[in-house]
Amino acid sequence: MSEPRDLVVVGAGPAGMAAAATALDGGLRVALVDSGAAPGGQFWRHPPLLAREAVPTADLHHGLSTYRALCATLSAHERTGRLTLLLNHHVWTTARDGDGFTVHAVDRGRAPEERAVVLRAPALLVATGAYDRQLPFPGWDLPGVLTAGGLQSLLKGGGVVAGRRVVLGGTGPFLLPVAAALAARGAKVVAVCEAAAPSAWLHHPAALLRNPAKWAEGARYAGTLARHRVPVRTRTAIVGAEGAGGRVAAVRTAALDADGRPLAGTERRIEADTVGVGWGFVPQLDLLLPLGCDLADAGDGTMAAAVDDGQRTTVPGLYTAGETCGVGGAALAVSEGRLAAVSVLTDLAAPGRPGTRRPAAERRAVARHRAFARAMAQAHPLPPAWPAWLTDDTPVCRCEEVTAGAVRSARADEAAADHRQVKQLTRAGMGWCQGRMCGPAVHCLVSARDQPYAPAERLIATPVTLGALADSVEPTSDPI
Amino acid sequence: MNAFTVDGEPLPFLPGQTLAAALVASGRVAWRTTRDGRRPRGIFCGIGVCYDCLVTVDGTGGQRACLVQARAGMAVTTGEADDE
Ligand SMILES: Cc1cc2nc3c(=O)[nH]c(=O)nc-3n(C[C@H](O)[C@H](O)[C@H](O)COP(=O)(O)OP(=O)(O)OC[C@H]3O[C@@H](n4cnc5c(N)ncnc54)[C@H](O)[C@@H]3O)c2cc1C
Ligand code: FES
Repeated sequence: MSEPRDLVVVGAGPAGMAAAATALDGGLRVALVDSGAAPGGQFWRHPPLLAREAVPTADLHHGLSTYRALCATLSAHERTGRLTLLLNHHVWTTARDGDGFTVHAVDRGRAPEERAVVLRAPALLVATGAYDRQLPFPGWDLPGVLTAGGLQSLLKGGGVVAGRRVVLGGTGPFLLPVAAALAARGAKVVAVCEAAAPSAWLHHPAALLRNPAKWAEGARYAGTLARHRVPVRTRTAIVGAEGAGGRVAAVRTAALDADGRPLAGTERRIEADTVGVGWGFVPQLDLLLPLGCDLADAGDGTMAAAVDDGQRTTVPGLYTAGETCGVGGAALAVSEGRLAAVSVLTDLAAPGRPGTRRPAAERRAVARHRAFARAMAQAHPLPPAWPAWLTDDTPVCRCEEVTAGAVRSARADEAAADHRQVKQLTRAGMGWCQGRMCGPAVHCLVSARDQPYAPAERLIATPVTLGALADSVEPTSDPI
Repeated sequence: MNAFTVDGEPLPFLPGQTLAAALVASGRVAWRTTRDGRRPRGIFCGIGVCYDCLVTVDGTGGQRACLVQARAGMAVTTGEADDE
C-alpha cells in the first residue's frame, strides 16, 4: 500500500490542475483524477499526449503558457511520486469516511473494460466544471445539431471540424471562441445568433473596465470573425431546425423582442449542415450534492456550490473550485483552484510543512473575475419568453422523448411545480442523461421565473458495471 | 493508418481520437435510433453528459462514443435502439 495521501482532486481542468499544483508545491501528497485522456478540462482540452503530433490543436488555444507551466509542475511532482495522476478514471461516487472521504472511480483506460479504483484522503477537492445549458427548439434533436461546447471539444480534442456550413445560436461570450475556432479551421460560419442585446454589457461598466484582459480576448475573437466575415446577429435566436437526408439542413432564425419573443415577420431560413447551440453552462454538481454541501444562487439561473472566501464548502474537508462554484471562465477557475489549495494547506497544517503563500492577491483576482462573470450573466440572460418557440410536439427530454406538450400539461392539469414532479409524471429526466440535458428547460417551463435551477441529486455520476461495483464494495486490492 | 470497425466496415482514425471524433470526421453524425420515436441520434454534447452517442464496443453496450478512445481493431456496432 502506498503512503497516505493528503488530498484527492477530482477534475483536471484549469481549476483542478492549479489546485493540485499549488497543493503539491506546498508539500502535500495528491491524487488528481480525471475521466479525460489528457489534463486540461474543457478550456485546455487536448488530444492525449502521445497523439499531439498526429492531431495538432495548439493553434486553437489561448493561455497555453499557463497550461504548459501547470503540466510541467505536475510532471515534476509525478516523478517524485507525490502526485498520482489518474487519467481515464471516472469518479462515480464519493462518500464521507471517518474524518475524510472515499472516492470511487472506474478506470476506463481500456474501455469497455472497467476496473474499480478506490481512493481515500482527509481532504477532497471537487473541480468537475460545467456543461452546456440547452433550451429546446423544434428540430433540436436532428443529427448535426450539437452543443456549442460539443463542436469545440471535437475541434480541440480530436482536430475534427463537424461540418461545412455552421450556424451558432444561444447566448453568452462562449459562442465567439467557438465561431472563431470553426472559422479558423475552414468551416463557413454563416451566422452567430446571440439572443442578448449588445447594449446589455454597457450596464456593467465597472466590471468590464476592471478586466482589461477580457476586452483583449473579445477583440481577438472579433478580429477573427471579421476576417472570416462571420455575421453576428444580436437579439436573434434559432427558433427551429429542418432536416433532410437524416441530418439538419436549415435553421429558422427570428429577431426577438425585449422579452425574447420572436417578432412576427422577421423569420429567416438559413441553410446549414451543422448547428451549435448553447445558453451558458450548468455547474456539474454530481459529486458534491450527495455529500450534502449547501448551494447558492450563481446569478445566471443556476445554483452552484456555496463556498467561503477560501473555496471551502459547508462540509468540513470538502473544497470546490472553478465552474462548480458558478460559471466564470478559465482564469477564474485557475485562481479559485490555487485559493482552494491554500485553504487545504492551511486546514491540514502540520508542523514541518512549508508555509503557504499569502492568498490575498488571489482573493482579489477571484473577486474581480466573479464580478465580471455576474455582469456577463446579467448581460446574457435566458430570454424569459423562450418557450414561445416550442411547439407541442417539440421533444424536451431527448432520452425519454417527452414533448413540450406533455410537460405543459403536467403543469396545467396536474400542478407539477418543479422538474422533480414533472419527472414523476412524464418521465422527463428519467433517461440515460438523468435530466442533465432537459433539467434546466423543464425547470423554466414549470417553476417561478426568478428561481434558479438546482439539478436533481444523482447517486451515481456515471453508470458502472456490476463487476466494478462489486469490486468497490470489497476491494480486491488495497486502496491506491 | 489505424482503423476500427463500425458494423464490420473499417473506419480510419487518427491516434488520440475518440470513436465519435472518427465517426464525425468520416461525415457521420448519427448512428443510433431512439426507442419510441425511432429518431436518429449521434453526437450532441461531445463530453459524456447527454448519452446520445451510445454504441456497443467489443460486445459491451452502453458505451459513450464521445469518451471512448479509438484503438486499432476495436469492433463497434451501432444502430440498436436505446441499449437496455
Ligand atoms: C464542452 C465545453 C467546452 C468548452 N470550451 C471552452 C473554450 O473553448 N473556451 C472557453 O473560454 N471556455 C470553454 N468552456 C467553458 C469552461 O467550462 C471553462 O472555461 C473552464 O474549462 C472551466 O474550468 P474548470 O476547471 O472549472 O472545469 P473543466 O474545464 O470543465 O474541468 C472539469 C474536469 O473534470 C472532469 N470531470 C467531471 N466529472 C468527473 C467525474 N465524475 N470523474 C472524473 N472526472 C470528472 C472533466 O473531465 C474535466 O476535465 C467549455 C465548456 C464546455 C462544457
Ligand atoms: S455526445 Fe453526449 S454523451 Fe457522447
